[in-house]
Amino acid sequence: MTSGRMELVCPAGTPATLRAAVQAGADAVYCGFRDETNARNFPGLNFSAAELAEGVRYAHDHGSKVMVAINTFARVNDVDLWKKAADTAAECGANAIIAADIAVLDHVAKNHGPTRLHLSVQAAAATPEAIGFYASRFGVRRVVLPRVLSVQEITALNRLIDVETEAFVFGGLCVMIEGRCYLSSYATGKSPNLNGVCSPPEMVTYDDEANSTVARLSGFTIDRYEPGEPVGYPTLCKGRFTASGKTSYLFEDPVSLNAGGMIAGLKAAGVTALKIEGRQRGRGYVTEVVRAFRKAVDAVEQGGDAIEIDRILAGQSEGARQTAGAYNKKWR
Amino acid sequence: MSGIALTLGPVFFHWSPDRLSDFYRRIADEAPIDRVHVGEVVCGKRMPFSDPAWPEIIERLERAGKQVVLSTLAAPATVRERRSVEDLCTDERLVEVNDVTALPSRSGKPFVTGPFLNVYNEASAQYLIELGAQTICPPVELSLAAVGGMAGACPGAEFEVFVFGRLPLALSGRCYHARIHGLHKDSCQFTCEKDPDGLAVETLDDQPFLAVNGVQTLSNQMQAFCPAPTDLTSKGVGRIRLSPHTCDMVEVAKTYKSLLDGIEDPKGARFVLSCLDLPGSLVDGYFHGKPGRRTLTEK
Repeated sequence: MTSGRMELVCPAGTPATLRAAVQAGADAVYCGFRDETNARNFPGLNFSAAELAEGVRYAHDHGSKVMVAINTFARVNDVDLWKKAADTAAECGANAIIAADIAVLDHVAKNHGPTRLHLSVQAAAATPEAIGFYASRFGVRRVVLPRVLSVQEITALNRLIDVETEAFVFGGLCVMIEGRCYLSSYATGKSPNLNGVCSPPEMVTYDDEANSTVARLSGFTIDRYEPGEPVGYPTLCKGRFTASGKTSYLFEDPVSLNAGGMIAGLKAAGVTALKIEGRQRGRGYVTEVVRAFRKAVDAVEQGGDAIEIDRILAGQSEGARQTAGAYNKKWR
Repeated sequence: MSGIALTLGPVFFHWSPDRLSDFYRRIADEAPIDRVHVGEVVCGKRMPFSDPAWPEIIERLERAGKQVVLSTLAAPATVRERRSVEDLCTDERLVEVNDVTALPSRSGKPFVTGPFLNVYNEASAQYLIELGAQTICPPVELSLAAVGGMAGACPGAEFEVFVFGRLPLALSGRCYHARIHGLHKDSCQFTCEKDPDGLAVETLDDQPFLAVNGVQTLSNQMQAFCPAPTDLTSKGVGRIRLSPHTCDMVEVAKTYKSLLDGIEDPKGARFVLSCLDLPGSLVDGYFHGKPGRRTLTEK
């Protein structure tokens, strides 16, 4: 819906990565509090109120915005913890609050009018009707698109809605519709919606067995590695399983998202902002990825061709396999 | 008599029109269930097959005195799917909302929120009650204590829990049946029809784990929560949901009815269920606030 310059939204898991992302050219950074109110509730990560206030000052001084993810679903009888997180974010001067739960959206809409409200990917709003509901009820100004839509579908969607859209372009890739996946709690008792975690590390074991290493999550074998094979983290939906007598990466290969080649297409589709996943990532990684995407977005804005964009983003793979995910219809 | 009502949820699987007709005929004639959900919720591509069968099924169920609820798609995407949701929402019958897409057209008229809608707390529940939610069946990962917390704070709605069937754990934009068969969703050849209870997924160590059903992932194990009726009434739960499988669902319904009426005790009900031809072993961990895969009642 916008013909302006696309905004690059970058992850900040810690105050140090916030500064790194800003220095590397992020138009906006997103972060969360050190509790279960955000979907990256990992040890050693996230912000206190004081750190957020300082981070907002730093970002604003350098011309960047700060968005605060309060995007898990509030626990019964503890909704105040989520409301208080929203209050703190607003008090710290955050430019936007990213939320998914109706209770949180309603609270922000009623109490923090000046703070922009963005709909988290965890809300999984993929239709004009769903997005329209959140826009008319809570004044949502931007929706982070679920990773199920092709570029063609995003183009069609943007013609039917009057809020901004933000699309993931790089980083971890959920193969399930985010916010609608309970696989992790089924195996481990902890899930993104309930606890802000998926396939939690305390439930992971690596066992050496019969000339192979077995990665298990809560006792379920997620993958098995032969000697010399790189050992991965047993994220539930990226494991090898057997069905119909065939063993395969049934849900998704151990790949990450790289839609760098789709930046121009997403711009043409009317997408306002591009998002990089990875609040769990360190300063070095964030600096490198943000710098590369800054260059790539600027090149697209200046009419650069696909070869130039590919050259800029070459090397942003950490040797791992990548996919453009659902943006390419054949992924389905 | 506990006063707790029995619901038959929508069929998640791609059953042929004949199978659907036969199934609901028996439910209408024999099952002690007062509310029956009908309609496709998992994949809009299946709707052209089942759509012609519904009017007769609905008539049959209503003639037998069942309350029919029209379930809507959990992840509508195409223009046709969105229109189907909107059309169903204009119906005078009760409608099950499984995605926010249905809310604009259903607000102000009574609806059920299904387990695909993220209702995790009393504030969200209350917001939806004000829009017309009469019955709330929260996501399956919530504990009975959490559902009780919501029910206690929201006297304006009836709360329902998913007690029987493979647990609906995830939805995707990608069709796993198509992927397993080397196809894409857009040209899937409806291979999901071959697995009327879903396709079992095992780990590399042959542990039964999950089941796939097109774009849906379910548990391999069967939720089979058999509480004492007072455990439900004390939490404000007014309704329990059975999810259709190919096993004898009339027997399942009768077993739960006996449990709710105090004729069968929890252990006995569980034993009866375990004797049926089920696609997976029995679990009930979620209700106890534990991993869903766990079984706690027996201990």
